[in-house]
Amino acid sequence: MSSSLTAYERVLAARKASKISIQTLINGLCDDFMAFHGDRAAGDDPAVIGGIGLLGEQPVTVVGIQKGDDLAENNARHFGCAEPEGYRKALRLMTQAEKFQRPIVALINTPGAFPGVDAEYHGQGSAIAQCLLTGLKLKVPYISVIVGEGGSGGALALAVGDTVWMFENSVYSILSPEGYATILWKDSRKAPEAAEQMGLTPEALKAAGIIDRIIPEVIDAASLASFKQALCQKLQQLQAQSVPELLSERRARYRQF
Amino acid sequence: MPLSKFTAPTSKEISFRMDKIPDHIWRQCPICHQSFYEKKLGQAGVCPECGYGFRLGAQKRVEQVADQFKPIDVDLKAPAQFQDAKYLAKLAKARQVTELNESVLTGIARTGKQCFGLGVMDSRFIMGSLGSATGEKITRLFEKCTQEKLPVILFTASGGARMQEGIHSLMQMAKISQAVAEHSVAGLLYVAVLTDPTTGGVTASYAMQADIILSEPRTLIGFAGRRVIEQTIHQKPPVDFQRAETLLKHGFLDAIVPRAELKTTLAKLLRWHQKGGQAE
Ligand SMILES: [Zn+2]
Repeated sequence: MSSSLTAYERVLAARKASKISIQTLINGLCDDFMAFHGDRAAGDDPAVIGGIGLLGEQPVTVVGIQKGDDLAENNARHFGCAEPEGYRKALRLMTQAEKFQRPIVALINTPGAFPGVDAEYHGQGSAIAQCLLTGLKLKVPYISVIVGEGGSGGALALAVGDTVWMFENSVYSILSPEGYATILWKDSRKAPEAAEQMGLTPEALKAAGIIDRIIPEVIDAASLASFKQALCQKLQQLQAQSVPELLSERRARYRQF
Repeated sequence: MPLSKFTAPTSKEISFRMDKIPDHIWRQCPICHQSFYEKKLGQAGVCPECGYGFRLGAQKRVEQVADQFKPIDVDLKAPAQFQDAKYLAKLAKARQVTELNESVLTGIARTGKQCFGLGVMDSRFIMGSLGSATGEKITRLFEKCTQEKLPVILFTASGGARMQEGIHSLMQMAKISQAVAEHSVAGLLYVAVLTDPTTGGVTASYAMQADIILSEPRTLIGFAGRRVIEQTIHQKPPVDFQRAETLLKHGFLDAIVPRAELKTTLAKLLRWHQKGGQAE
């Protein structure tokens, strides 16, 4: 593990352009993946990818928040900042997964929900609130993985699974260290100090009981295979539980905060 | 990129709206900027011109909406793990100003024959931010009401996350959402009344999870802060883009209820959700 990195170096690593994209990760994990679109109400947010794929033998619903690989893609995807339509699409696909008793894997890389006028008009707060309310009660195994940035409520919306994992080079926090430094010290250049204070690294969050497992960074076929194996094993374990057991353990996980 | 999803309205705007209003006989409305005699605010504390409800402390609000109130968890405080001296001083000051242990007052209330769980957030307590103890108090209120089969009425007022508690503040959104979900599954009524200002993580969780969502006229309701949006889209959002009236138009509120009518409206809703419906 790259624990030799400072907290802020970890922030930069989480944001690095060479970070595996959610789409590439899905393609690597799933033997076949079909993306589904739209929130059935107003639109289709390109920042959120969702669909069904085969993980090993079994179909799973995958939802993810995705940054772009280039500027054009990043503009379309708002640099991985989802809009209400995106959260509603994810929630629609997750409740569909529940209907067909299909497990859910959420892959997260977002600086936060998109702050825009239309996003407000279309109910950004409400969309995230519904992801939490319904997500916590889904009667199927639900694994959340923070792959890069896990920014505040926009990340939490998909991070209320039975277990929450983080990639080695990822961060999860209530706001960016730049924002924290600006609010606390009125100086965004103090982001490195802020990062140290915030405890946003996987190690700090695991020690605090916020996340359950740290995944070695996926950089090649071998690391991808071991991530896939970890997912399959965990799903198998969760699927062996009865629905009441699953829900009562999920409840205990979030009640302790 | 966005600085924070939980940024409240500017501190200037906030201080303008709450404590800095002088105690003179002339008052100015922060929304419509009309000046008027203090006594025109009336019992409810409402702008005679535009209906904006001036901010209320939690205890005052309880007096306005309930006949009786028995507070619970009055000693629950921020966990000892938070030891930053500046934060502790802030908490101490907030406790002194509000006479509350945290940014929400919770308890069991009665109006007429209606018994219900009542929670009121107080924006004077570190901007009504969502600390661990705030989250615990709200969670316990829902849990108690689930057990005792009582409806919950919750007045929200919050600048969003409690920065000083970092990720633990974020986790409160999940913890409370779970308690709301359980209360809902039990077939019990939850009414949220969104008061000025309701923003950030509170909007993105329990404020927007109620069966019935009400607000007062001219209330600021939003997720992202105006400044963050401005920096992201490089444009000035419309003046009223996060007002209750705008949210009503876009379908995110059930109704806007003037402050003076809240008590009777809430009592009516409680009655309608009782077994036997109209029974007084
Ligand atoms: Zn006015």
